[in-house]
Amino acid sequence: MSAFVIGFDLLLGAGLLWLAWQALFHPQPFAAVVHFMAFGLMMALAWVRLEALDIALAEAAIGAGVTGALLLAALGRLPDGPTPRRLLRAWQRPPVALALGSVLLLSLWLVWVAWQLPRPGLAAEVTAALPESGVRHPVTAVLLNLRALDTLLEVAVMLGAVWLVWSLGPELRPYAPVTALPGLPALTRLLHPLFLMVPAYLLWRGSHAPGGAFPAGAVLGAGGILLLLADGVPWMQRPEHQPLLRLLLAAGLVLFLGLALGGLLLTGTFFAIPLAIAGLAILAVEVAIALSIALMLMACYLFGEPGR
Amino acid sequence: MSGLFPLLAALLAGLSLVGLFRARTLLRRILALNVLASALFLLLVTLARTEAGLDPVPHAMVLTGIVVAVSTTAAALALILRATEPPGDGKEP
Repeated sequence: MSAFVIGFDLLLGAGLLWLAWQALFHPQPFAAVVHFMAFGLMMALAWVRLEALDIALAEAAIGAGVTGALLLAALGRLPDGPTPRRLLRAWQRPPVALALGSVLLLSLWLVWVAWQLPRPGLAAEVTAALPESGVRHPVTAVLLNLRALDTLLEVAVMLGAVWLVWSLGPELRPYAPVTALPGLPALTRLLHPLFLMVPAYLLWRGSHAPGGAFPAGAVLGAGGILLLLADGVPWMQRPEHQPLLRLLLAAGLVLFLGLALGGLLLTGTFFAIPLAIAGLAILAVEVAIALSIALMLMACYLFGEPGR
Repeated sequence: MSGLFPLLAALLAGLSLVGLFRARTLLRRILALNVLASALFLLLVTLARTEAGLDPVPHAMVLTGIVVAVSTTAAALALILRATEPPGDGKEP
């Protein structure tokens, strides 16, 4: 390994540690959030260095973009000063102790299970199963065919988060910086074709190279949040469009579940996709999941149910 | 040189745990949780580089993990916003 690579790694590690330190201990909350966003971008570099390009793409859009936007939007509405500490009431103590105890036990069990994992990993098994998965990129094959159940549950978790956020009350009006910054809508209009083209390219690439539904959905969601800031998607807040919005939010999960049940009907195994239609079916599910992820990220950004 | 990234993950995890327990505001606690998640993802991806080549299973796990982390952050932020809302400001549903 050349001295250049070692120097780059050391610089990257030092930068990550310094940014994490600033994000955790900087006295100003705003500066802490900005340092955290920079930390997300540096993490994307670390992913590239570790040859995990799919993760780098998703992290750059989500870790630096969407999480940063969520944190900044919340920061503007939070009161200054430390959060007041409330003591637990007497009836609250047993459930809290129970939750902490079960988390501790689960972690110990997880460590024990992780110790017994097959070594050195499943790279050879995945490579052997790749011709039967319908795609040529191993990460996409794992996500949407070999371990599709994990992905299904993950989309369900995300839908659950949207459900929780929306059940807390009506939407908090996003700050509309349009009046203060007249350039923002124009800039959004200029950037929007790019925000549509990049996810489409990533989706198409996903079957044979790093890319796929998750990075595409992340980039599309980041562009969507920019549109929300510029007041560019008024239909999301109109009451008459709410059924359509809910349908689109659930589309990824529903189509994925349909694919799983179709596999059960055709071959007798849950999520067994016949090879003849696997490539096409995976592409369709990827498009639906990318759209759903993008809309769910936008829905979380509203911090409440729209159109109420 | 292969020990650098696991060491970095361990340092980041320790730093974020200190931050998590010393945090005085809930927002700072969410930041600490996110840094902790990044440290764990780093450890997973480092372990994916084996002798037999890149293991795609941890990569897929980290990809789903990133999306779950952002939805957790959004849900926690929404809960904090509702909890610290000044009373009588918002319309109660």
